[in-house]
Amino acid sequence: MSAHRLDTSGLLCPLPVIRTQDRIKTLACGDTLTVVASDPGTLQDIPAWCRVHGHVLLESVDQGDRFRFLIEARH
Amino acid sequence: MLAAKVVLDQGVDVEGVNFFTGFCVEGHTHAIRKRERSKAKRNNALWTAEQLGIKLHIVDVIDDYKDVVLNPKHGYGANLNPCLDCKTFMVKNALTEDLVTGGEFDFVITGEVVGQRPMSQRSDTMPVIARESGAGDRLLRPLSAHNLPPTLPEREGWVDRDKLYGFHGRDRKPQIALAERYGFNDYAQPAGGCCFLTDPRYSSKLKDLWDAKGERDYELDDIMLLKVGRHLRPALNYKLIVGREEGENNFLAGYRHRFPHLRMVSHEGPLTLIDGSPNAADLTLAARIAARYSQGRDAAQVCIDACHVGGVTEQFVVAPLAPWEIDPRWHIGP
Repeated sequence: MSAHRLDTSGLLCPLPVIRTQDRIKTLACGDTLTVVASDPGTLQDIPAWCRVHGHVLLESVDQGDRFRFLIEARH
Repeated sequence: MLAAKVVLDQGVDVEGVNFFTGFCVEGHTHAIRKRERSKAKRNNALWTAEQLGIKLHIVDVIDDYKDVVLNPKHGYGANLNPCLDCKTFMVKNALTEDLVTGGEFDFVITGEVVGQRPMSQRSDTMPVIARESGAGDRLLRPLSAHNLPPTLPEREGWVDRDKLYGFHGRDRKPQIALAERYGFNDYAQPAGGCCFLTDPRYSSKLKDLWDAKGERDYELDDIMLLKVGRHLRPALNYKLIVGREEGENNFLAGYRHRFPHLRMVSHEGPLTLIDGSPNAADLTLAARIAARYSQGRDAAQVCIDACHVGGVTEQFVVAPLAPWEIDPRWHIGP
């Protein structure tokens, strides 16, 4: 299991979700991905995307102008 | 949502495909405008998938979609909406997405209804989508199936045609009634309202962009900026993008290292991007126009910084234009 990071700052939804989706596809089950975003829309969209696809959202942090998500890939 | 539910209820495995073309009204626009932020933001495709309990593939087609917008084989609708080519593109790409993800699916469904849209949802154009997408009789429209010849999934018994529908025309009451039967009291905006290319003002701005570039082409940033602010072209060699509210100003600020821009100094006011190559006289006029949209619009003079790419800043002290001095022809897509 390995940890990965994706910075989507500056992108507006749905692009952060698309980039997350495409990156998760390359990970093994149990790997984690930290996603950083600047679009507040990700606060809804990334958790919803995790629920829809069965990935585990371990952490969601609102830092005001940045949002950080820790996702565990489940394939 | 309804089409997927109708087929899901027959025990068929369904997954959703949502294409991001760059012209989608949702998402970006809501994120940009501060006044939209009071509304709960959600990605409707994701929300719908979650309600239905199905997976959703969101596909970035920004680059491939250009050819649809720039060279639509079947032309445009009332504005720059290439609806027939767009539907064909999406069905074709749904098939491609299936191949990319393992080729597990046997047919494609859409929520199209015969007679619902003037260009892409007519009895004579819906077969064109099936044919030109390559889907052929693997394209099923569950809500309007009784108005169309039986497709492969119906003939093979994968779905029961008797449990499909024969909705027809622009009236959405049958769909609303079906949604109520399923207990859906919240659903996404009907087709057409979700695409900027159906908007006459947006289409005017896109035409202007092509005229100014001297070619029919665009990048994602181009079409994003067309969604934001007042666009004024006082002369052929430049245009102004004036933020209308704080959210738009913040969004435009993200481009301040790539565009010359005007920043109010003496009064509160919008951030204004300058797209083009204005000369000194143009910059003075641009500053007077920007001042018109600032809190200093009634002041005798307003101080404005003109910030050039690279960091050089010039300061202008100008009289704001009076309302009648703003030539209505400057407004692009008023």
